[in-house]
Amino acid sequence: MDFAFTDEQRQLQREVRGFLAANYPLDRDWENQDDRWQELAELGWLGGADLSFVEEAILFEESGYALYPGPFLVTVAFALPWLGAEDREAAAAGTTKWSAEDRGLVPWLGSVDMVVDSDGNAQPARGEELPTVDPTRPLGRLERTNGTPLPGARDVPRARTAMAAEAVGVAQRALELGVEYAKTREQFGKKIGVYQAVSHQLADTYADVELARSLAYWAAWCVAEEDERAPLAAAAAKAFATEAAVKACERSIQVHGGIGFTWEHPLHRFYKRALWLEGFGRRPAELRAEIADALLGVAVTA
Amino acid sequence: MDLRDTVEEGAFRAELRAWLDANLPEERRGWRGGEQRFGDDFGRAWSRKLYEAGYAGLTWPVEYGGAGSPYSFQAIFYEEMARAQAPAHVGVIGLGMAGPTIMAHGSDEQKQAHLSKILSAEEIWCQGFSEPDAGSDLAAARTRAERRGDVYVVNGQKVWSSFAHIADFCILVTLSDPDAPRYKGLTYLVVDMHSPGVEVRPLRQITGEAEFNEIFFTDVEVPVSNRLGDEGDGWQVAMTTLLHERGTLGFALTAALDVGVGRLVETAREHVNGDAGVRERIAAEWIEMQALRYTNYRSLGAYQRTGVPGPEGSAIKLRWSEQNQRLTKLGRELLGPEGILDDGWWHYQQLRSRGNTIEAGSSEVLRNIVAERVLGLPRSR
Repeated sequence: MDFAFTDEQRQLQREVRGFLAANYPLDRDWENQDDRWQELAELGWLGGADLSFVEEAILFEESGYALYPGPFLVTVAFALPWLGAEDREAAAAGTTKWSAEDRGLVPWLGSVDMVVDSDGNAQPARGEELPTVDPTRPLGRLERTNGTPLPGARDVPRARTAMAAEAVGVAQRALELGVEYAKTREQFGKKIGVYQAVSHQLADTYADVELARSLAYWAAWCVAEEDERAPLAAAAAKAFATEAAVKACERSIQVHGGIGFTWEHPLHRFYKRALWLEGFGRRPAELRAEIADALLGVAVTA
Repeated sequence: MDLRDTVEEGAFRAELRAWLDANLPEERRGWRGGEQRFGDDFGRAWSRKLYEAGYAGLTWPVEYGGAGSPYSFQAIFYEEMARAQAPAHVGVIGLGMAGPTIMAHGSDEQKQAHLSKILSAEEIWCQGFSEPDAGSDLAAARTRAERRGDVYVVNGQKVWSSFAHIADFCILVTLSDPDAPRYKGLTYLVVDMHSPGVEVRPLRQITGEAEFNEIFFTDVEVPVSNRLGDEGDGWQVAMTTLLHERGTLGFALTAALDVGVGRLVETAREHVNGDAGVRERIAAEWIEMQALRYTNYRSLGAYQRTGVPGPEGSAIKLRWSEQNQRLTKLGRELLGPEGILDDGWWHYQQLRSRGNTIEAGSSEVLRNIVAERVLGLPRSR
């Protein structure tokens, strides 16, 4: 029983954090972001390095922490399990970006090359793109052709756990921004972090983030080991972590006061990512209903 | 990272499970806790049985009567005890607080005198920290200890002391130097509860039971050799006690929640299985229980690697207490119109849970600890 990262996994975490911090600082040009897809391919993050899903969860968490802009989540977490060897190679090399359809919607439809439709067929990425709450993460309606059947299968726990891990990173960053602000901002002659009305909100966020992280790592381990608890663990992780991320951002905005409500401050971008993660796929309430079915049996209505 | 038991852990778990099946009487399973823990002699006898089988003080060094096992064994112990719904060892204060403090600060004589007797339940211990005017603010303790030759003469009052009415010894924080600066005038003593001048009065609480007590000290003579640490070092010694209180608690708390969520599911199946809102709330409690469980595991993983519990552990008691309050209230609600009756379980648990956010560090103090020590925010006092 050992629920800690290995030294190699911690090293990976530092490398990912370093790469993303260098290329995606908070003072970046938010309207013109480069997804550095080739660099990701060279680092092996698109499937080339043969990472376990626990290690991929580290990547997703860090991509949330840095608010990485590219279609990494959909290529690696949603689409890869469907692909055959040749398609995987092209994806790992960074040649083809993939997304996958979920309940009629395709994330990043306009910026990927190929899409796995809901019947498991490969389709060229064509269709109408719609804006979402997160401007870096549009959704599209696929224009269907006959498509080519793919050999793999949907891996729902993997997709949900990846979103949970990303949400943990978002929540962690929102917490850190709030703490930093509360340590430096002065009102009534004191740092505002002195006031318990402020500090206790951040303490609550800390507890939320740690609990969310525990669920995300548990789910990641279950997915990596094909443990039978993976579906429940992933549903729990996505429900809890995405809600935790939304709350973390909301509390951080509150702690920041007026500046937290401005377009200029980056917090709203983290908040929008959190809302996207909470809403895409299955919402927390639907996930809890799934878990209730597993715990209690399907509801008997009188 | 591997959540499976190692070969040794698996063997330990199997052996413990078989031992519990063979030794725990059916009618003693599924206790609601509280006063039941010391209603008859079973508690001490059961604790002694755990000790004789090698299950008390699993992580304590062998020389003090422990098993010298890794912390993961302690975690497995709590999980299996919860699974069997077995009553805990009655030496809660001795095992979790007094023992570790004696190991850290005690003399050889003190270690020899007490440690193995704590494990065997020959000695029951209680804690004398809180006072009527010093609750969360322990440094404000006013129970006086005046040095007279080879003894300290103790006068004062302590409160919220679980087990004091059956205890043989008390770990007591006293004020030995009223003129010293804050934190510097305290002295930590081990007091024999059978000494002349010690009076224990049970405190009846919300549930109608008396788990806690007031302790009155009137000219109680405590030998100087019963001091833990130096005179004036009481604050540091007390911090060791509280670190252990919070450090080892997590797995026991989560194990109790596991039982609680199991009961919730059972109650829902018997009563209002169809209501979508209720079903969702039960699922939410299950999720948060798992979150606490795996947070314990992460904290343990950090401990095994570095020797220091991870900071994430400081959130566990805070969240457990709030969850137990929600969960027990939901349990009562599931009973429908009958929820107002004393059903023998949820009625008691719901009332008892109100103490959870106050005892062993109030939620307000725990949030301060997270804010100041974990997040590094400026001190509020």
